[in-house]
Amino acid sequence: MAGGTLSFHPDDRYNAFLRTIPEVAYGEGRLSGVPVAIKDNISTAGIETTCASRILSGYVPPYDATVVSLLRREGAAIVGKTNMDEFGMGSTTENSAFGPTKNPHDPGRVPGGSSGGSAAAVAAGLVPLALGTDTGGSIRCPAAFCGIVGLKPTYGRVSRYGLVAYANSLEQIGPMAASVSQVNLLMSVIAGYDHRDSTSLDAPYSHTPDSDIRGTRIGVPEEFFGEGVDPRVASVIWDAISLLERKGAEIITCRFPSMPYALAAYYVTCMSEASSNLARYDGVRYGPPPDVKKPWHEAFQERRREGFGLEVRRRIMIGTFALSSGYYGKYYAKAQAARKNVRKDFRHLFADVDVIAGPTMPTVAFRLGEKSDPLSMYLSDILTVPANLAGVPALSVPCGKVEGLPVGLQVMGRWMEDERVVDVAYAYEQGVKA
Amino acid sequence: MITERDVEHIGMLADIAILRDELEEFTVSFNRILEYFDILDQVSSKGENEEPLFNVFREDEVAPSLSQEEALSNAKDTEEGFFRAPRVM
Repeated sequence: MAGGTLSFHPDDRYNAFLRTIPEVAYGEGRLSGVPVAIKDNISTAGIETTCASRILSGYVPPYDATVVSLLRREGAAIVGKTNMDEFGMGSTTENSAFGPTKNPHDPGRVPGGSSGGSAAAVAAGLVPLALGTDTGGSIRCPAAFCGIVGLKPTYGRVSRYGLVAYANSLEQIGPMAASVSQVNLLMSVIAGYDHRDSTSLDAPYSHTPDSDIRGTRIGVPEEFFGEGVDPRVASVIWDAISLLERKGAEIITCRFPSMPYALAAYYVTCMSEASSNLARYDGVRYGPPPDVKKPWHEAFQERRREGFGLEVRRRIMIGTFALSSGYYGKYYAKAQAARKNVRKDFRHLFADVDVIAGPTMPTVAFRLGEKSDPLSMYLSDILTVPANLAGVPALSVPCGKVEGLPVGLQVMGRWMEDERVVDVAYAYEQGVKA
Repeated sequence: MITERDVEHIGMLADIAILRDELEEFTVSFNRILEYFDILDQVSSKGENEEPLFNVFREDEVAPSLSQEEALSNAKDTEEGFFRAPRVM
């Protein structure tokens, strides 16, 4: 198929896009002419990239992120930049400086976050493929809430070059689409070694999904069905797990003892990393400029107060506090010890089981405005953060509904076994169709 | 317990100005979140022995990169090929 130009004029009633490209040139390749939406924290040469923050308004990257170069090389049509929680900080997409995205299944509810625009764009049928990023569940949460498939790859498998950093040790770019096969295809385009990302692994992804899961051992940790998990969601998940058992998988109930500490470890870590990463936003090199007539700190403080939203300022400040002298040992050092325990739990479990399954989110999509208290929003990430703390691959696949709202089954795998996670999700998806 | 004065001090360390009428909300949310983080007190700081970490080194070789014009292209205030910034002293 030869290259050409694509007209893109979507009916964006859910506010999925921050900006779209009306006429998109594309080339030849495996994705020739396929519209792909890109989360707005991924750099796109010549296309404004704001991370849904006022502090980056007007910023036009002079270069493409590696994943965007790889997409262009395969002929993809980059049709627009999707809405998100500012800098990825949130689980609802309500923390965007440019208004919330709404859930296509119920516009009175959030799409999840932080990759809510990418998930809504796919769920509304505006694009077949989208890129999201996942620091603590930001691909899987909106995939679950919007009824699509999303994969957080093994840490290092997809280059982070050109991804605007929030919490480097946790985040990964990953594919989002309506089906497992499409997620698999997009993953095969974006994965691979990149010398410009020092955490990049030399592990290209080339896989054909296989629905034969006979003999696959699936661990189901009790802790993933604990306090806060809606019993109706739990029941839908158990039905999905039973289907996998009927397909020949072996179900093993197990324990994940570090779970009570995982969420606090995650938030201390990501806020600490954010406080350092976001120090670069001073308006001097990009974004609205500081007042050069004022002294540095005064000009800088003013610019950052006006440019960052409340949640971003909260996380930068708590991160600064957690790293400050006298508190480092109590917060950051303990969080790293808890993080090691999470890795240990995965290592221990994966000696016995091939994948781990459970709900992606404890509930269905929240109503707009429901999570106005920051801590209650953080608590909803409890089931997704362990995979980020350990760097293992994790995927959410739609597995039914509760009161008309989608529920996602989460499948986590061993390091570098993204393929097996995809196979289990594929087996479920094909099993439901059969 | 974090006080409003502490929050103001942290805001100063982080170079983030806080308005008077924001202080109370930040102080309440800081205390709730830090109280939740107290669960980490129960974690032994020894941690488990893990696979060893290793550094990733490469030769420091000059390669094509952004031009000076591209690097300055998003700055609102430049002078003779440099960024202009507020005075530090």
